[in-house]
Amino acid sequence: MEIRLSPSDGLPIYRQIVNQVKYLVASGRLRTGQELPPIRSLAEHLVINPNTVVHAYAELAKEGVAISRHGSGTYVAGSSTKRPSPRAATQRLAPKADSLVTDALHLNVGLEEVVELVRERHDLIKPKMKS
Amino acid sequence: MNASVDPVITLEHVSRRYGAKVALGDVTLSIPRGGVLGLVGANGAGKTTLIKHILGLLRAQEGRVRIFGFNPVTEQVAVLQRLGYVSEDRDLPPWITVGELLRYIRSFYPAWDPDYAERLRQQLQLVATARIRTLSKGELAKAALLVALAHRPELLVLDEPSSGLDPLVRRELLEAVVRAVAEEGRTVLFSSHLLDEVARVSDRVAMLTAGRLVLHGELDAIMESHRRIVVRLKQSEPAPPRLPGTISLTGGPEEWTVICDGNVDPFIRGLRQDGGEVLEDTDATFEEIFHAYAATPTRT
Repeated sequence: MEIRLSPSDGLPIYRQIVNQVKYLVASGRLRTGQELPPIRSLAEHLVINPNTVVHAYAELAKEGVAISRHGSGTYVAGSSTKRPSPRAATQRLAPKADSLVTDALHLNVGLEEVVELVRERHDLIKPKMKS
Repeated sequence: MNASVDPVITLEHVSRRYGAKVALGDVTLSIPRGGVLGLVGANGAGKTTLIKHILGLLRAQEGRVRIFGFNPVTEQVAVLQRLGYVSEDRDLPPWITVGELLRYIRSFYPAWDPDYAERLRQQLQLVATARIRTLSKGELAKAALLVALAHRPELLVLDEPSSGLDPLVRRELLEAVVRAVAEEGRTVLFSSHLLDEVARVSDRVAMLTAGRLVLHGELDAIMESHRRIVVRLKQSEPAPPRLPGTISLTGGPEEWTVICDGNVDPFIRGLRQDGGEVLEDTDATFEEIFHAYAATPTRT
């Protein structure tokens, strides 16, 4: 699992790990049922506090991306497990939509084009995700 | 009394002056067991003075210091038995070998674990027969860490452990610190002016500015609550913007960059109603947060 931390990013390190694992899952580089690195080895590899990895894995479990099995590691969850409620899902997506729409407005890109772009990216990513 | 719940380090209203200079001003800090506290601050902000109080090398002129519940000045032996320390100058006797150094230190600790000490020496890639005076700067730093960790201290205190070292040795030292934390129950106080290192390995951070504790808390929470906002005020407005929880304010007279800690949404709504705009609104980086607090000695 390839994670790169950026200290010049304002995101806490645990959040950087969460986002990158989600990206690796979404792009198919991490598959359902695959084990995430043990906490201690990821901490040593990235040279970060082990508690930060614990925090990241707990957040991934909370968001339904991973499942922690007590005493035997953390695994990538299937996309059907623990799906968040529609309202929670919308809440999580809204800020990202805001940022996309804002950029589009600044770049004078019309809504239709944005929707088309989202559809294209969706068609590209979806086949890589095992459901 | 449950030992695992009691803080490892407690400072209550600790003050110290050198003549007219305030070295520590009313510092109150409690460090729980387990995890890494990153101690940051500019040179001369009081980091080493604070560490000397923890080691019992300085007596608090005002206030109270307790380490594992002991007074580090009057009960120094009890404290030092459970503490490992790496100083910035890493002073080790130059004429002895790494192996002899370990045997010498061993005599001070009844519960010495020779296997652990040997494993640690190998992990740090130090040659047992090498004399201290022949070691490179990086090896010397690793030898100092070996000495501090070999007796499995409950508390490890590192004062600028990687200053003046190349990135490879720095990484090796930090890896050893991360391993030390992973071993159950160990507490680490890590003082550094390298913010990137502190941001990587700390769970909590404490920041000193001119002897005062200006920021203390969980690093993730600090990172999530601090924002960097760039606003443009409408031109008729002469005064700088007043955001709740402002730490630093730079720029002006129209465009201002604000580092702030708190809920700014009501302010932003007000600003927009007055015709002002928010140009940027992002998470503040640890470095931006550090500089914001360093610029403001006391927060009101």
